[in-house]
Formats: sequence, structure tokens, C-alpha cells
Amino acid sequence: MVRNALQRLAQSVLVLLGCALLIFVMLRIIPGNPIAVLMGEHADNTVIERMTAELGLDQPVLVQFFRYIGGALRGDFGTSYSLGKPVSSLMASAFVHTLILALLAAVFAWLIGITSGIIAAVKKNSILDHLFMGASLLGVSMPVFMTAMLLQYFFAYRLKLFPIAGMDSFAAYILPAIALGWNSAGSVARLVRSTLLETLEENYIDTARAKGRGQVGVLVVHALRNAMLPVITMMAIQFSGLLSGAVITETVFSINGIGRLAVQAIAGRDIPLLQGTVLFSAAVVVIGNFIADSLYRVLDPRIRREA
Amino acid sequence: MESKTLEIRNLNTSFFTQQGEVRAACDVCLEVQPGQITGIVGESGCGKSVTARSVMGLVRYPGRVVSGEILLDGKAMTGISGKEACSLRGAEVSMIFQEPMTSLNPVMKVGKQVEEALLLHRKLSKKEAAKSAAQMLEKVGISDVKNRMECYPHQLSGGLRQRVMIAMAMICSPKLLIADEPTTALDVTVEAQILRLMKQLCDAGTSILLISHNLGVIAQICDYVYVMYAGRVVEQADTMTLFDHPAHPYTRGLLQAARSLRSDAEVLATIPGVVPNLLHLPAGCSFSPRCGQCQEPCKTSMPDMLPAGEKGHLVRCFLAEKEKQQPVEAI
Amino acid sequence: MVSDRSRKIVREYEEQQKNAVAGMNASSDGSALAGKDAKEREEELKREIGEAETFFTLMRRLVRENKLAVFSAAVILLFILAAVFAPLLTPYSFSDMDLMNRLCAPSSAHLFGTDAAGRDILTRLLYGSRVSLLTGVVPTIMSMLGGALLGVIAGYLQGIVDAVIMRIADVVLAFPSMLLAMVIVYMLGDGLVNIFLTLALVNWASVARIVRAQTLALKETEYVEAARVIGVSRTRIMFRHLLPNCLPTLIVLFTLNVPSAILTESSLSFLGLGVQPPNASWGLMVNEGRQYLYNAPWVSLVPSIAIMLIVLAFNFLGDGLRDVLDPYQKK
Repeated sequence: MVRNALQRLAQSVLVLLGCALLIFVMLRIIPGNPIAVLMGEHADNTVIERMTAELGLDQPVLVQFFRYIGGALRGDFGTSYSLGKPVSSLMASAFVHTLILALLAAVFAWLIGITSGIIAAVKKNSILDHLFMGASLLGVSMPVFMTAMLLQYFFAYRLKLFPIAGMDSFAAYILPAIALGWNSAGSVARLVRSTLLETLEENYIDTARAKGRGQVGVLVVHALRNAMLPVITMMAIQFSGLLSGAVITETVFSINGIGRLAVQAIAGRDIPLLQGTVLFSAAVVVIGNFIADSLYRVLDPRIRREA
Repeated sequence: MESKTLEIRNLNTSFFTQQGEVRAACDVCLEVQPGQITGIVGESGCGKSVTARSVMGLVRYPGRVVSGEILLDGKAMTGISGKEACSLRGAEVSMIFQEPMTSLNPVMKVGKQVEEALLLHRKLSKKEAAKSAAQMLEKVGISDVKNRMECYPHQLSGGLRQRVMIAMAMICSPKLLIADEPTTALDVTVEAQILRLMKQLCDAGTSILLISHNLGVIAQICDYVYVMYAGRVVEQADTMTLFDHPAHPYTRGLLQAARSLRSDAEVLATIPGVVPNLLHLPAGCSFSPRCGQCQEPCKTSMPDMLPAGEKGHLVRCFLAEKEKQQPVEAI
Repeated sequence: MVSDRSRKIVREYEEQQKNAVAGMNASSDGSALAGKDAKEREEELKREIGEAETFFTLMRRLVRENKLAVFSAAVILLFILAAVFAPLLTPYSFSDMDLMNRLCAPSSAHLFGTDAAGRDILTRLLYGSRVSLLTGVVPTIMSMLGGALLGVIAGYLQGIVDAVIMRIADVVLAFPSMLLAMVIVYMLGDGLVNIFLTLALVNWASVARIVRAQTLALKETEYVEAARVIGVSRTRIMFRHLLPNCLPTLIVLFTLNVPSAILTESSLSFLGLGVQPPNASWGLMVNEGRQYLYNAPWVSLVPSIAIMLIVLAFNFLGDGLRDVLDPYQKK
């Protein structure tokens, strides 16, 4: 069990290192000296050269990479070109906003998704089932910017129930959280429905009925526990997805989270900032996958004992 | 004769598929006498499992009981509320299934699953329930009960799991135990152990309805046997009579096929043709297309259950009267 | 899966024929009936096997069972036709500005209104569908080809090749796809071809992973083993035996990956990182209309709805196809 976990942890670290290398190489392939691009056409050549040397950009890519990794391990991701602040502190403050947003979105998505999924499965082929499944497919198919802008238009602009954008109050996070959670709610509902239906076909459900368990007892005590295994895994993965930066939602609602920081980095041709945010997001995803995997192993006795 | 453990009167259970109504159990009448093991035998798809599931209220969608009466110890089980049915299931009547591998909840400890029925039907504390669960597990021949109760189903062998299933079904000492192919998925040696256990349970006072396609199993432990074909009971008799004087051509075919398996006959005896599609049953007797002795009336009308010699021996065949004179050598 | 089912049916059928031939009670009457039965059965089997195997019968089943999927296919076709015949369908040019008619509400002259530069939104929608559909289809084909190839190689050869390919796939999958797309676009620069490349680079990894898993399963099947035993070359096994059997999965994946590519492109364009003006893409149109959301919501809303409709149509179609082909859903 422990050995297995360590093995998977090592693998995660390796993947993360791969991510760092990939992103590093991709951002160095771009032709032209980033400093020259940054300083514009009229910059003095000697200044450019001095800056380049100062930032270590004249070194071979691999040397730069290991320097970068060394720094990253100490929490130093370099200094943002465009904002002039350390990337790590920029990311730290952005992460707070992303975290609030992701938590709210997750609560919204899972409450809606799980309840409607359960209802749809229990009342299979009923009007409610069709309604929920139609809505969930709509949820999966609506582009995030559309959901976001619709919410903004109706609930903030027309009804004035929430602030249009910004991060001044808790209420300001609610619309973006719904916009962000909408897709996840759809996919959770669909997964809950399908796994629950599958589980209700299992033989041990008959056994439970034969024991005298009623509808609700069968559902709560026997079916849900089994059906939730894949759902929980999906939720862990989803949460890391939400945390890793909701680029569109944060842009529409002007929330200074990780995603918006990445957009700003691209707009400002700010390689250290872009590198930092993207790498951070990848790290969140990798950790999320690791946790999802571990959770599944802990919750499912079949895997737990085999390991 | 007055208090039958189970009495099924004219049970009709159908599956409503897109192609039409499939009559899986058709006018089934069946009785289980107290303290006896009653068997239902037939090929797969003949309606024996559906009959058992109808008793338990476990017929799966799109199937349902259309009509008929089911009496458990004189009390009606049909036409009662879901709550009342739940209070009977597991307490008065319980069921074990063919697949011990998949019939136990994989994420619940074995002990908990055995206790469950007790906690549902008896007012017991968790501690008391655990204690009597342990006793029951010991009674069905499980050693090292304390550790086994903490196991998950996948950690047990098939035979052990079926013992757990039996313990689970017996924990509230029901009047009737329905066993749907309880040994089909097991090794032969384990099968013998489980059958012995069931015999013991019956001797201790529980009536058993045993469903099997295996004539050997039926012959070993049943007191009385029903033979089903295409959704109907086609013959019923006490075990000795049925095996010594089978009256229905189908039963005779089954017995002959089983016997030729044991002898070293070069050619296996089989029944020609295939089980008819329940959607398109032949007119008249369902078995007529495969029957060697098929006559004109067989093709147009379905025979009733007619007496065939011995007391309690009924057969759904126009030839019943003639057949009873020709004994078939014992197996 | 499909061939498994038909093989099973054939096996059952052969057994039944054997049984029929070796039939007991073979009176002339009985065997004639059995013979007829077998013939009927054979017809039935031909129908079943045929239905299981040809592409057209599968499609017929889709048409019969899932009207929604068929309707979605029609919607997709409509979008494609509209994209192809865009110039014939509208009197306006997609780039000519008409500053007298800025931000007009929908009317009979401008069915969906005009945008901030006075351009007809319907016209831009029609032309934009060319870009959006192309960015849905072209990169998906690229990523499917690449992913399938790498997946089958990884799964069949295993060892170091497998490890390298799959670790790279892991790395790609670790990035949130939107951010990865942003970085790649940033690296390559904008322009339609670069957007294609970007989407292909983002999406190949999941295809590779699924195809690899399926290859691993198929590798164990008898026919691949048989091919290996008679000395079929590795490339031939991969391309003639493994890949074609992944086809149902790939078809479903295709219909589900197209909408996700469309969504990613529109998101990129929405951020101003994708298609650049004066070209029209739906995402870009939404972006251009964003600042007028409050006084002219249709500018953003109309292209948003178009995106939603096409994505919804592809998702319905994909769901329907998956139900029919069912390649990797069921255990």
C-alpha cells in the first residue's frame, strides 16, 4: 500500500518535471530575444545584451532549465517582466481568488449534479429524468463564456442581484462560480446517473431487497456507496480542473485569479509569469489526479487489499 | 395439508418488451409443504427463476406480476403495500442467488451484511446482532468467524461466499428459503457441502424452494418436484415417482439426456429442436413441435394438468393416461 | 465486441444443430420438424449476424432507435451546407462595414442584427461557420490520426517505446487544455494553420491513451494471436488487424472531439488569441460583441447560440453512436 503510493508519487513528480521541461522548451523556441521584443524597436543594443545576461538568457537552454527548477524548488519562479514583481507572490495572491471561486463552483456543481443524477436514475425514463439529462447535456455543450455572459446580463445587469464583475464582496463570486460549475454539474449528473443505473442492476441489490430493505434503504446503504466510487474520482479530477485556472470565467468577471494572470502574461509577453502560471496549473492537475487515484484505492476495498 | 408454507395460485408474470408481451410464468400453481424441500427443474428460460422472483417481489423491469395469488403460510403476499412486503422479505421468506460472487455487496464487510436483516426486522442492539450473526455463520460451517466477519466478499472463496449468503438468508429464521441455483457456480465438492447444509436447515424446520436445472441436485435433496417448460408447470410429483415414472415426454427426455451423460453411450441423448421463443409459442401444447409423440389435439389445444397414476402426480399431457403404464428404468 | 457476439451466436447454433442431428426420439415426424426449425433458426441467425456486422445495419439501428441523433446529424449537415453556400445565402459581404447601421437590432433587413461595424451578423455567422467547422474537423482528424497511430504502436510494441509515448501523453494531459492551447498558440503565432496545429497537439494524447488501452485488450484475442502464429508482420497486424477494430471507438471519439475542438477554438478566439480580424469565427464574434453586451446583447449571443447548437448536435450524435457501437463503455 505505502510502497504503491510512493511509486505513484514518484511517477507524478516525474510527470511534473516533464511538464516543466515541455513548457520551458516551448517558450524558448520562440524566435527572437524576448528582451528585445519586450523593449521595443528603439531599445539600445547594449542595454538588451546586459539585460539578457543578467537574466541568464544567454546560457544554453538546459542550464537555464536546471537553474529554473532549482529556483522553483525554493519557491522562486523568477520576476515578472511586465509587472516587475516576483512571480511567486503574484501567483500566491491570485491563487486565493481562484481557490474561493473553485470551492464555490465545486459545491454548486456537485450539489446540483449529484442530486439531479440520483433523481434521474431512480426515476428512469420519467419526465424529470429527460429534463435533467437534457439540461445536463445543455450544461456540457454551452461554451463557458456564453453561460458567464448570460448570467452577467440577466442577474447582474438586468436584475441587479449581484455585482457585474470584480472581487469586492462574497456576492461577486457567486455568478462566476455558477458559470464555472455549470459544465461540471452536467458531467457529474450524467456520470452519477449512469453509474447508479449500472449499480442498481447488480445482483447484490437483489440480495438487499431480499433482506427486506426498502427502496430508500437499498439506494442509500447499498447502491450509492458503490456508485459513488467513480464519481468521487471524477470529482477530485474536476476540482483540480477548477483550481487550475478558469481562464474564461475569470476574464469575463474580472477576477484576478490564476487563469486571468496567464492571459495577462500572454498579453504582456511575460515569459516568466506565463511559465509560472501554466506550471502551477499543471502541478494542481497532477496532484489532483494523484489524490483521485489514492482516494479510489482507499474507498474501494477490492483495490485496497490487493495493493 | 392445511398450512402450506407457500402456495402460488395461477401466477402470471410477464415481461413487456418492445416486441410484445413475454409470458415468462404462465398460470403457475405451486405449493411448498412445511419441512420439505420442493424443487423446480427446467431449462434456462423456462420460468423457474421468474416464479421465484415473483414470490420475492424481485421481478426486474420491464417484467411484473400480472395476476395470481401468492400465500405465505396462509397470508397473502400479493396486493399488500411495499412496506408490508419489506417486512416479510428477509424475515419470513428469504432468497439466495446463483452467483455468490456478485450477490454480496463488494464494499461492505461480510459481518455487516449478515447483521443487516436482523437489524431491519428484529429490535436488537448492534452488539446482539453481531453476536447472533457470528452464531449463524458458525452454524453454516464457517470457521474463524471473528476474522471472516471483518472480511470483504472478494477475500472469500466461492463456497464461503455462498455459505455467507445462506447465513444471511437464515439469520431471521424464515419459514421459507428460496434458493435459485445455489450451487451452479460452485465446484462439485463444494456443491455437495452446500446441499448437505441445506438439508440440515430443512431438517431444522425451514421449508426450501430449490430451483435448479440439474436433475442430480434435485434428486439428491428434494421431496417434491415441479418440472417447468416454456413458462408452465408441465409435471409435478414426489421425487421418487417423478424419477421412476416420468409421464411427460419432456421430463422423459430430460431424464434420458441426463442418464446418457452418465453411461458411456456413444451418442448423447438429446431433445430435438430448441426451446420455443416465448414471444411466438406454438399453438396448442408448447412442447408439441419437439415431441416425438405429438398428435392432432396437441397441435391445437393446451392440455390441463391431468392426474397420472400415483397420488399427487399431475402431468400436462394428453397422453398421461397411457404413459403411466410404462415405467422407465431407474437412473 | 461485435464479432464476439456473432461468434457466440454461431457457436450456439452449431451446438444446437449437433443436438438436433443426434436427437433422440428421431421419428420421421420429429426430425422433419427439427429440420424446419433449424432452417428457421438459420435465417434468424443470418439476420442477427448481418445486423451485428455491417455498418449500414448499425446505422439503420441508430435511425430506428435514436431519433435525436438522426436529427442532430441533420442539423450538422445543415450547418455544413450553410457554410459551403454562404455567399449564395446572403446579399451582404462579411467584411464590408456600414457605419450608418451600427448595432442594429434584429429586423427583416438584418435577421440577426448588425455588429459594431455595421456588418450583418447572419452573414458573418455563415462565413464564420466555415472557420468554426474547419477548426472542429481538421485538427480532430489530425489528432485522431496521430493519436491512434501512437496508441496502437505503444500498445502493440510495449516496452520502451510504450513508456516514452505514454509518458509524453501523461505530460500533455497534465496541462489544463485551455492553458496548453494558449501557450502553443503563443509559441506558434496566430493564423488558421497554427490554430489547427495547436488543437491537434492538445488533443492527441487522450486518443492515444484510449487506443492503447484497446490495443492491449485486442492483442490478447485469438485472431491476433493466430495472425502472429502464421507469421503476419508487425506492421500488418497493427494496420490490418488492430486499427480497424478500434474503428468504432474512433468514430465515437471523433464525434465527441469535434465539439470540444470547436469549444477550445471559440474560447481562444474569445480571448483574442485565436482567429484574427477581419476573419470571422464564432468565438471572435462573441469577443467583438462583448463590450456591447448591455446595449446590443445579440451581437455576442447569436454566435454563442450557434456554437452551443453545433456542440449540442455533435454531442447528441456522439451519444447515439456510442449506444449503437458501444465500443468502450460497457465492461
